[in-house]
Amino acid sequence: MLDNLLTIDPEIAARIEALDLEFNKFGIDPYGIDKNDLTRFVSAFAWIYRYYFKVDVYGLDNVPSQGRAVLVGNHSGGVAIDAAMVMGSMLLDAEPPRLPHAMIDKFIHQFPGASKFMSRTGQFSGNPDQAIRLLRAERLLLVFPEGARGTAKLARDADSLVGFGTGFMRLALETKSPIMPFGFVGGGDALPTIANLKRLGRLLGVPYVPITKWILLVPKPTRFQLLYGKPMYFEGTGHERDEVVAAMVDQVKERIRDLIRQGRQLREKEISEEDLEL
Amino acid sequence: MKVLVTGISGMLGRLTALKLLQHGYEVIGIDRRPWAGAPEAIELFQADIRKRTAEDVFRTHRPDAAIHMATVTHLVHQSPDRMRVNLYGTRAFIHHCNNYGVKQAVFAGRHTFYGAAADSPLYHTEDEPPMSAHTFPELADLVAADLYAASSLWRYPEITTSVLRIVYTLGPSKHGTLASFLRGPTVPLIMGFDPLFHFIHEDDAAEAIVTALAHKLHGIFNVSGPSPVPLSTIVRAAGRRPLAVPATLFKLGVGRLGLPYIPSGAIDHLKYPIVVDSDAFRRATRYTYAYDERETINSFRTAH
Repeated sequence: MLDNLLTIDPEIAARIEALDLEFNKFGIDPYGIDKNDLTRFVSAFAWIYRYYFKVDVYGLDNVPSQGRAVLVGNHSGGVAIDAAMVMGSMLLDAEPPRLPHAMIDKFIHQFPGASKFMSRTGQFSGNPDQAIRLLRAERLLLVFPEGARGTAKLARDADSLVGFGTGFMRLALETKSPIMPFGFVGGGDALPTIANLKRLGRLLGVPYVPITKWILLVPKPTRFQLLYGKPMYFEGTGHERDEVVAAMVDQVKERIRDLIRQGRQLREKEISEEDLEL
Repeated sequence: MKVLVTGISGMLGRLTALKLLQHGYEVIGIDRRPWAGAPEAIELFQADIRKRTAEDVFRTHRPDAAIHMATVTHLVHQSPDRMRVNLYGTRAFIHHCNNYGVKQAVFAGRHTFYGAAADSPLYHTEDEPPMSAHTFPELADLVAADLYAASSLWRYPEITTSVLRIVYTLGPSKHGTLASFLRGPTVPLIMGFDPLFHFIHEDDAAEAIVTALAHKLHGIFNVSGPSPVPLSTIVRAAGRRPLAVPATLFKLGVGRLGLPYIPSGAIDHLKYPIVVDSDAFRRATRYTYAYDERETINSFRTAH
């Protein structure tokens, strides 16, 4: 699909080659990921990730290099730049690289282009059956339990956390997957949203239309801090009472809050890398 | 062992009948349509499954097993008769099986049962409800036939019944839903969407039906071949030219301007994937397909 638009970077091609994916004769994995499209897209995205933005990644070694795991973190403003940067760190910095499958809002798949792009890069509508299947296939899941409420945070609240959904915890318990908490800082600076137009959003079929300080939805070049914490393991079946699961989710939320706090301190140069407790 | 095949003159019916012969079964068939050039070993009865003449075949020949393929699946065929054939035909089939001592029944259904939607999981398992009934009314009779056939699992538990949900077939016959869609030199796709399509070589589909029979499967099983492929890739591999049309234009243009006729409900099937998990079938039968994704498309492409 992107053949005419983007060129292949040999370094990226080698990284995609190193992914733990099985491609068929057409270069398609069983979940529809297209090797060729992915390579071209990541080749272009690498420039954005490395030069337009800059991401200080800490604790990357905490993320298992193989096997099932659920990356759980915060949204930090406007649109899901945070998700793109997590993707970037796992595809471009991690050794070996891994492709996270983000559980995205279902409205995205209703848009032409977006649907095609997401399908060919392994990004699915958040659906518990789909998530469990991917985890059982030893894939890496990326979940933002704040959902669209999280991206809707205005810039001044970028470091705060809104209510967490509990679905991810049940998935992790049921599939015995470790939870990899991460904190992301800086989204509010890249895209300082001052308002969200909900009514216009409804007309366009999206949850809201964010308005930035400079009106347009164009992020400015920004340095981000991305902190991966140590894996968290929880015991259970995934069929516990809501209170039990909510208590586990609170532990994860607190851990993420702590990672964001440390990320903010790093950003303000109040602490240095040696002081981090991941 | 004597096997009766309804809808034997259809593409999949013929292939299944030939496979049954190869595997040493005795084969008889019912169809409204003739089958010119059928092997002599197959006794054919030109009859409507809903009529007494068809019942007579069950009564006189007492098959041990029966395979039901007498469903009208062509979407262009939108007569009320289609609904009656699909539902009353299935009902007659089940009744005759019960009344005339058939010990084993196989119902060959479709994977489109599950429907296509933006938020459905990529791999459907057998316990999922049919989502296509309301988005794609033209398929409602097939969905109902599937559910009706499945009801005989508890209605007549003494009959070993397998309900198969088979992915699109493709192959040298150039028959079937996917083959019809790929018929012309230019194949319209919906701009900005490129769903995975799940397909199986028609020989492999016939083999799967015979396998279900041989393993005396009781239950509902998805049947698939190689892993799914994006529609645009299939179109190109089949030597066709894909033409991306915006969804709104597409709705106006179908059936005209050289675009194939497609009911409006089918548009979702060109936007979102219907992919099935056939692990249960594979575990129960150790079935493996013979043709991979490329060989299957090539067999379609190079057929005359």
